[in-house]
Amino acid sequence: MKTIQISTTVNGDALETLCAPDETLLDVLRNRLGLTGVKEGCGTGDCGACSVTLDGRLVCSCLVLGVEADGAHIGTVEGLADHDHLHPLQRHFIDGAALQCGICTPGILVAAKALLDRNPDPSESEIRYWLAGNLCRCTGYDKIIKAVQSAAAEMRSA
Amino acid sequence: MAFDQNSKRIFKLVGSRPPRPDGVEKVTGRALYGADMTAPGMLSGAILRSPHAHARIVSIDTSAAEALQGVKAVVTSADFGVPDDEFLRDVQDNCMARGKVLYHGHALGAVAATSAAVAKQALALIVVDYEILPHVTDVDAAMRPDAPVVQEGRSLENVGPGLSQNVTSYCEFGHGDLDAGFDQADLIISRSFKTAATHQGYIEPHACLASLSADGRGDLWCCTQGQFFVRTLCAGILGIEASQLRVTASEIGGGFGGKTTVFIEPVALTLARKSGRPVKIVMSREEVFKATGPTVSSSMDIKIGMTREGRITAAQAQLRYQGGAFPCGTVEMGAQAAFAAYDLAAVQTQGWNVLTNRPKEAAYRAPGAPMAIYAVESVVDELCQQLALDPLAVRLMNAAQKGTLSSYGPTFDDIGLRATLEAAQAHPHYSAPLRPNQGRGLSCGFWFNFGGNTCVSLNINTDGTVGITEGNPDIGGSRASISLMAAEELGIPYDKVRTIVADTSSLGYNDVTDGSRVTFSVGLATIEAARSAIKVMCGRAARIWGIEEDAVIWEDGCAKPAGPNAGAFPPMSLAEIAAVSANTGGPIAGHFEVNADGAGVSFGVHLADVEVDPETGATKVLRYTVFQDAGKAVHPDYVEGQMQGGAVQGIGWALNEEYIYGADGRLQNAGFLDYRTPVASDLPNIDTVILEIPNPGHPYGVRGVGETPIVPPLAALSNAVSRAIGVRLNELPMSPPKVLGAIMQRG
Repeated sequence: MKTIQISTTVNGDALETLCAPDETLLDVLRNRLGLTGVKEGCGTGDCGACSVTLDGRLVCSCLVLGVEADGAHIGTVEGLADHDHLHPLQRHFIDGAALQCGICTPGILVAAKALLDRNPDPSESEIRYWLAGNLCRCTGYDKIIKAVQSAAAEMRSA
Repeated sequence: MAFDQNSKRIFKLVGSRPPRPDGVEKVTGRALYGADMTAPGMLSGAILRSPHAHARIVSIDTSAAEALQGVKAVVTSADFGVPDDEFLRDVQDNCMARGKVLYHGHALGAVAATSAAVAKQALALIVVDYEILPHVTDVDAAMRPDAPVVQEGRSLENVGPGLSQNVTSYCEFGHGDLDAGFDQADLIISRSFKTAATHQGYIEPHACLASLSADGRGDLWCCTQGQFFVRTLCAGILGIEASQLRVTASEIGGGFGGKTTVFIEPVALTLARKSGRPVKIVMSREEVFKATGPTVSSSMDIKIGMTREGRITAAQAQLRYQGGAFPCGTVEMGAQAAFAAYDLAAVQTQGWNVLTNRPKEAAYRAPGAPMAIYAVESVVDELCQQLALDPLAVRLMNAAQKGTLSSYGPTFDDIGLRATLEAAQAHPHYSAPLRPNQGRGLSCGFWFNFGGNTCVSLNINTDGTVGITEGNPDIGGSRASISLMAAEELGIPYDKVRTIVADTSSLGYNDVTDGSRVTFSVGLATIEAARSAIKVMCGRAARIWGIEEDAVIWEDGCAKPAGPNAGAFPPMSLAEIAAVSANTGGPIAGHFEVNADGAGVSFGVHLADVEVDPETGATKVLRYTVFQDAGKAVHPDYVEGQMQGGAVQGIGWALNEEYIYGADGRLQNAGFLDYRTPVASDLPNIDTVILEIPNPGHPYGVRGVGETPIVPPLAALSNAVSRAIGVRLNELPMSPPKVLGAIMQRG
């Protein structure tokens, strides 16, 4: 299969790359653009470890083709911090011990940010249902939910 | 390494909750896991897996695959030797089938190619002629004398007559006169239980990057719980010397016991050797389910006698565990753990390990214990119900304590079971009101804990900071705990210490991150390494001051003159001593090497409230509280994290998770869609109460905490659901159809 050239904006940077027609956005991000913060846990859209935003919409990048990123704006975990200034979600995840092994963390941070962008004051239940597509096997979710709540509170008061 | 009895120390740092040292890397996506590493000239590896549950490999033709453009190597079992050591041979045969495929998903060939797409194409070109054999996947069926035999000649002599060759070993534990005990009982209940196999379910699939040069030097990067054990296995399988194979553990995306062995690593090394290029293999989720993990499934009979007042008079368990296609020793651990929480005059447990046509079981958090304790705690709860006794009071009446002869042999030292039960009894959760269709369950849990081979180097840098080199992959914040203990002992701030996990060429042998051993054992070695560095620093100060070495003490991070010289010289801080170390004898370091014992057993108690929907049989967990003895919680956030994460894995095991096999012996749910682990919206907050009953075997009193929390949820939830619906359930998982069936039968 012939590769196709795509132009995309990732975390604000304009990038060009080649990709095969059947290549997932996940593989393009990881293998062609070196954004290994995007994780593959299942490849079937069940675990959420590969969560990114595509033109502001939260998607599993394993379920999107790379060619669909042509002309689109992609947001990944690598774009959350402003240089060395961590996003409040990132800080609260560290301070609240909301990660253990950390493999699900990039996807959960991207998903949580997408939630707070829409709803700055979600209830516990809204957070739990929003993050239901992101599997975490280490934490039992307790500290993740609390970290999202405390980050949201800080962002509201800022 | 005795507990510092005389110090009664007030900790300055241990017990605080500083940010973990690897936090920023992990929230920014920079941390490198198994699949994140690349090498110049790297090839992509892929593995051919059996579509059958059991078949003889008549022939494998790899010629078409080898001829495909871009394919650089194809390997089968013919490219491996046959290790003399039986254990190593089993590990290898599980990685690459020899003669027979033993389960659906068993590897029997592999290719390395210039891209993943070409590798996949090449797999489809390998032609295998299979002679399909009868299979067996159920433990009870596999034990029958006429069952299909998974492997010939693997049965030990202690297995009694009348059983299939699939029964590989038998064990027995206990003490006292069972008949006399049951005679004293007012009520005896006997029940049979079954539990399904569950997978560890780590989110990171196995991944590795291997290179092996023509001169026999190799490098292996992989996600593992133990790089040194990976080296032992791979060096043995490939016939290379340990010194020539450097294994580096990547950041690890969950393990829970499932990454304590090898699956793809010897294959990647063999492909690298044959192709002369670095080879990377990353498993798909489907491969993870089909060919790694899972835990055993079980079939169990429990008989317990109790007096009207609630004293257990005798207890008996018969446990049958299937561990897949290779012999395992998991039932021994279940048989030892089953009645550990009880002080019993008469107890007996018997266990049988059984082969089936399923993937070889791997350790999963307290391996063997959750199912046995589930069965025991279910019968204890039913006895309490029938005798109208308070289940917590009954546990307290029968609780093992210091001096109790345990059901598996040793006499307990200081243990936290009684304190944990009392904390649960006093907690508002235990007396909170329940509504219709709701039920409350409780269960005790236990794990032995482990110490093992451990080796730590601690280097004092000339700027007054400290580097610690340890050898155990950090699966849940252990670098933070190790740094805390070093800073505590040295008397310096936490952020002056950096702890790294070394590769196998940089440190002596360390056992795998398992048995809840790291905070205990690496912590102990770190404290002792710090003490050895302190001794050197006191010597350096003595030299500077011109006094005897034993006239110097270490206090608050400084060397101070003591005894007759007290106050004669101003104290010298660690940084001051380090700064002049070049003039006082050279670099300063501390080391400690040990095969640690004294890990100190661990007990926990869980309370669970559930509500069962009588129309669907679906169970909702409403409230959950974990009580556990941590000995000393070094970093309480990560202790709570272990308690919460273990509890939720247990909740998944109790309610949803199971390996489902069809009549054809094929696994039907090899993906997260159909193998349903708990998600955030399934759960309430998991409340935690940490008890601290110091472990006599650790200087700070630390006990491992990681495994015990997966043990109690199975029975806690089963007891809660059984009380909610008014029918006893004896099988896991309690998926909605099963619960609904029980409700319908009740009428």
